[in-house]
Amino acid sequence: MSVDKTTVAKIARLARINVPDKRLEPLAAELNGILNWIAELDEVNTETVQPLASVTGHALPMRDDVVTDGDRLNDVLSNAPEGASGFFVVPKVVE
Amino acid sequence: MADLLDLNAVEAREALDKKAISAVELVTAYVGAAEATSALNNYVVLTADHALAMAADADKRIAGGTAGLLEGLPIGVKDLFCTKGVSSTACSNILKGFTPPYESTVTANLWAAGGVMLGKLNCDEFAMGSGNETSAFGPAINPWQGNDKTNLVPGGSSGGSASAVAARSALMATGTDTGGSIRQPAAFCGVVGLKPTYGRCSRWGIIAFASSLDQAGPFTRTVADNALMMTAMASHDAKDSTSTQTPLQDLMGAVGAGVKGMKIGVPREYVMDGMDNEVVRLWEQGQAWLKDAGAELVDVSLPHTKYALPTYYIIAPAEASSNLARYDGVRYGMRVEAETLDGMYEATRAAGFGDEVQRRIMIGTYVLSAGYYDAYYLKAQKVRRLIKQDFDTAFEKVDALLTPATPSAAFPVGRKIDDPVTNYLNDVFTVPANLAGLPGIAVPGGLTSDGLPLGLQVLGRPFDEASLYRVAGVIEAVAGFTQTPARMAGGTA
Repeated sequence: MSVDKTTVAKIARLARINVPDKRLEPLAAELNGILNWIAELDEVNTETVQPLASVTGHALPMRDDVVTDGDRLNDVLSNAPEGASGFFVVPKVVE
Repeated sequence: MADLLDLNAVEAREALDKKAISAVELVTAYVGAAEATSALNNYVVLTADHALAMAADADKRIAGGTAGLLEGLPIGVKDLFCTKGVSSTACSNILKGFTPPYESTVTANLWAAGGVMLGKLNCDEFAMGSGNETSAFGPAINPWQGNDKTNLVPGGSSGGSASAVAARSALMATGTDTGGSIRQPAAFCGVVGLKPTYGRCSRWGIIAFASSLDQAGPFTRTVADNALMMTAMASHDAKDSTSTQTPLQDLMGAVGAGVKGMKIGVPREYVMDGMDNEVVRLWEQGQAWLKDAGAELVDVSLPHTKYALPTYYIIAPAEASSNLARYDGVRYGMRVEAETLDGMYEATRAAGFGDEVQRRIMIGTYVLSAGYYDAYYLKAQKVRRLIKQDFDTAFEKVDALLTPATPSAAFPVGRKIDDPVTNYLNDVFTVPANLAGLPGIAVPGGLTSDGLPLGLQVLGRPFDEASLYRVAGVIEAVAGFTQTPARMAGGTA
């Protein structure tokens, strides 16, 4: 499988990264280099193999459903590029 | 002050306890060393005042008889760890100016044990790289040089950590290892680096790259120092759901325990085309050392080894694309203004992420996207299981594996490579342990004919770091690697 300019533009959109038009072709070539290389996995027979998502071998632990931390409004907002009245500020999304 | 820098961590602890030196003296020497070697660009933030205040507190605890395991020892921190009140950026422009209001669990453990923070160390942007060249702060430099005196990379992604420990501008340093980012730079810089078993150290407060692979570990000058630092770093942490409750072994005791009676596997698939002859020779030498020390060498097969890198370069970017979705210009870090919310996201992420990070996010987005998920991501997870099963089978008959740490010695800064895949091959010997969650250690074995360090890697069973320290302790003792780099603090160049 390989990607063309249109697919790269679509991936960039999904990844929310602005890629200028002139970068689409070179980026397609770079990504295809990687994709062609990882296609090597096709030669491995995995028909009866279960996917491995975690190596720990133990189930995720449960904890009591209680509040352990909080009241940190100033901490939470301390690194925000823009905040107002205890909220994060973003460009207008509702007309 | 050069003699203070000569002490390794175990020696420094003894000297501090005997009041032969003070923590303030020791830390002052390291702050001076960091300033003197600033051309190596291994620090991105030097917290000198903070370090001296911590050292003064350490001296009080030593005087009061309540010294911790690392009391008074100066430690550098990879910029991937969040440190309260101190800039933490993952060496990315998108996090410039980010000052965490909290402390990572690993660094909190180090300070609780009396360790002193010297500052934050350079690394590849979001730990994505093998040469420390993708950092927004520019490349860190390896204090070792070949005959032509070209600047060499310290390896990556924890390049600043390895460079600083080798240059003696940090006595110890933290690193993280997602595909070899501790072991490869340790080998390039002639220092000891451990990637613990997945789950051994808490990931809480470490800026995430690929969460099923990331693991923190120590960089030190000696194997015993490494065991000491590791003992203080590891803990069970309820804030990391993958953190283990398996008790930590006696790591310090393991260092001098020898390898008599141990079975050491030599994986035949780790002979690669185009591998440096000197790397092969060191590997054979390492096998002979362990045999002479009473270990039994066993030929083992890890048949899926060649698929580890392509598997990694699906899983790691997939997890990265998901983890890095949080950098949206809203809650922290950089923001580039635009008319719409989506426009702001796209402009911010285009300006804030470097080329390699963007490339990996795009690969990850693609392999997770509708229609390709099964062909790439699910396939990689299946091959990952086969790779892990290879190791499970091998560890039924051996106690540890001996391999080269890297396919070559350190390469020049700025080496022009058009093909990203060539760069990825640096991690060929280290990536399998991350996929299988196994512990691995890199220990210096000798120098190339050009005077550059080469390392050996020891891999072990999950939660058996003690066996790694036994084997690494023997290699260290027999190899007698006492050479030091030219561009070290107090050195000649």
